[in-house]
Amino acid sequence: MKKSVLLSLFAFATSSALVAAPTSFDFKDPKGVNTIQFKLDAPLEQIAGTTNGITGKIAFDPAAPESTSGTLTVDVASLTVPNKMMSEHIQGERWLDAAKHGQITFELAGLSDVQKNGNNYTAKARGKLTIKGTAKDVTVPVKLSYLPGAFGQRINKPELKGDLLVVRGDFTVLRSDYGINSGQMEDKVSNEIALSLAIVGGAPQS
Amino acid sequence: MAGPSSPRVFSLRRTLRWFAFVVLAVAVGFWVVRGAHRGWSQNRVPVQEVDEITGIDYVRYEDRFVPGVDFLGGGVAASLILFGLSFVFRPISSTRKT
Repeated sequence: MKKSVLLSLFAFATSSALVAAPTSFDFKDPKGVNTIQFKLDAPLEQIAGTTNGITGKIAFDPAAPESTSGTLTVDVASLTVPNKMMSEHIQGERWLDAAKHGQITFELAGLSDVQKNGNNYTAKARGKLTIKGTAKDVTVPVKLSYLPGAFGQRINKPELKGDLLVVRGDFTVLRSDYGINSGQMEDKVSNEIALSLAIVGGAPQS
Repeated sequence: MAGPSSPRVFSLRRTLRWFAFVVLAVAVGFWVVRGAHRGWSQNRVPVQEVDEITGIDYVRYEDRFVPGVDFLGGGVAASLILFGLSFVFRPISSTRKT
């Protein structure tokens, strides 16, 4: 009797621990959909481009979204605008210097002001954004959608089990904060960079 | 040797002006036909798409050239240079008569 009670307690504790463990979502998207769009105002037309070289992992627990953490990395060489010469300029030494600083990283420390609505969450993401070797603490608004069981369906393999986590966010950063051709050409290209994030991470279950 | 007012010079002047007109017509025509894009020229065109399951809006690029105002400006400038060059060959026969 005593033994069975102990076993039950052990099983309960183990299952609780398993339920409470956050799931790791991999943001290297097999469909290549993950995109961050950036926009800078300029006199003739807005400079608008995208980057899809996004990798990284985020640990998310739907029961404790505040503890969400992880790191996302963007490959600077994947930054693209419709004009090839402009793309080269953006990746050049004066702007993002892709040769020296090949990656932009965001280290997510946690979420605050979390509002839950079913499987959708709005929150403020706290973390450290590093661009061109300069790291700054930032807090940006994000929307998360947790899609349990949608992993296989998305890649047309419904037999594969797993979950998806969609992260969306719109925020701005300043060129001057990260030494991106700081103080130069501000009459031609705005200091403010508008970023729009829409990415999905997958957590397959084996 | 052909003098400034010779038929050969006159013919070169006319050829340059025709050439200037053709360059202008081709530049404007190509710009209009390709969508009269009033921004910079594009080597690839962004196409907005939506991922079915997640509803994520993403951009896919199509490799095609869309001429912008820099292309149009270049065409107009080339045309003006050719037109201006044609005046180098201006006949001066009237001044020679006096």
